[in-house]
Amino acid sequence: MPLSPVLRTSPAVRAGLTLAAATGVYGVSFGALATAAGLSVLQTQALSLLMFTGGSQFAFIGVLAGGGGGAAATAAASLLGVRNALYAVQLNALLAPRGWARRLASAQVTIDESTAIATAQGDREEQRRGFWAAGLGIFVLWNLFTLVGSLLGSAIGDPRVWGLDGAAVAAFLGLLWPRLKGRDPVAVAVVCAVVTVVAVPWLPPGIPILAAAAVAVLLHLLLRTRDARGGRR
Amino acid sequence: MTLWGWILLACVIAFTTKLLGWLVPAERLQRPWLLQAAGTLTVGLLASLTILNAVADGQLLRPDARLVALAAAALALVLRAPFIVVVVAGAAAAALARLAGMP
Repeated sequence: MPLSPVLRTSPAVRAGLTLAAATGVYGVSFGALATAAGLSVLQTQALSLLMFTGGSQFAFIGVLAGGGGGAAATAAASLLGVRNALYAVQLNALLAPRGWARRLASAQVTIDESTAIATAQGDREEQRRGFWAAGLGIFVLWNLFTLVGSLLGSAIGDPRVWGLDGAAVAAFLGLLWPRLKGRDPVAVAVVCAVVTVVAVPWLPPGIPILAAAAVAVLLHLLLRTRDARGGRR
Repeated sequence: MTLWGWILLACVIAFTTKLLGWLVPAERLQRPWLLQAAGTLTVGLLASLTILNAVADGQLLRPDARLVALAAAALALVLRAPFIVVVVAGAAAAALARLAGMP
């Protein structure tokens, strides 16, 4: 895509690239945490290049860091990625890409940020520009900074001395925080956290997360039933 | 299966999940309840991962400097700090707590 004057002046492109600069940088924390969790630099980079969805990547290494196995890590990452399918449905309705190459590329950069930028624009051309600016911008920066982080991470020795395990906790809370709008999400978060803590001593590492996911689905059904009965929203 | 095997499998699942949304007819998936269900699942998983990384060590519950990191991150978020600042605050808090003698 040539950088024509329209791209330089488009508000959607500017918003997308700004968001890319802001979020791509935290690939550093992912890279450092992934190597602290025991992944090689190459394995860490594979996750950023191929998985490319921050929440799932953090979940994958979070399970490994907690002593869980590859199967539990894969399950947690995959469940957390489900929302991307729903983003894609919205985006497909807005952008309707033609041809396989464009569809595959669109799929790979379907993440929280590119969806947020695209759906915030008024007209279709701006939606398309915003989606690609945020999606491709973050893809490039996220991968670049993942590499910086994993090289740094594997060079500094014991990650606990540098508080990197604390950084992981902060990263997850930072991903959760913007979703805690209203009473229902807060209630779900608290219940799932309690379920996790109670389950840890009794279940193999990695499984408590899946137990919490099951409880979240149950809670969702309960809340829906309440809403259907005309209760508070 | 080796760790590489799981990494590649998880990547294939992640990509297939994204692609599914671009290929399935919109009316199949574009339902408000499904969006809400995915939102609830995401909140539950992230809450679980947050607390797990704060207190768990394998099958042990081990309160340590990570709880200080959790508090510092929450404070940073209340003060509307950007994500990268929240992460650095968590790391700094845990590192300082360990320097002060916390496990």
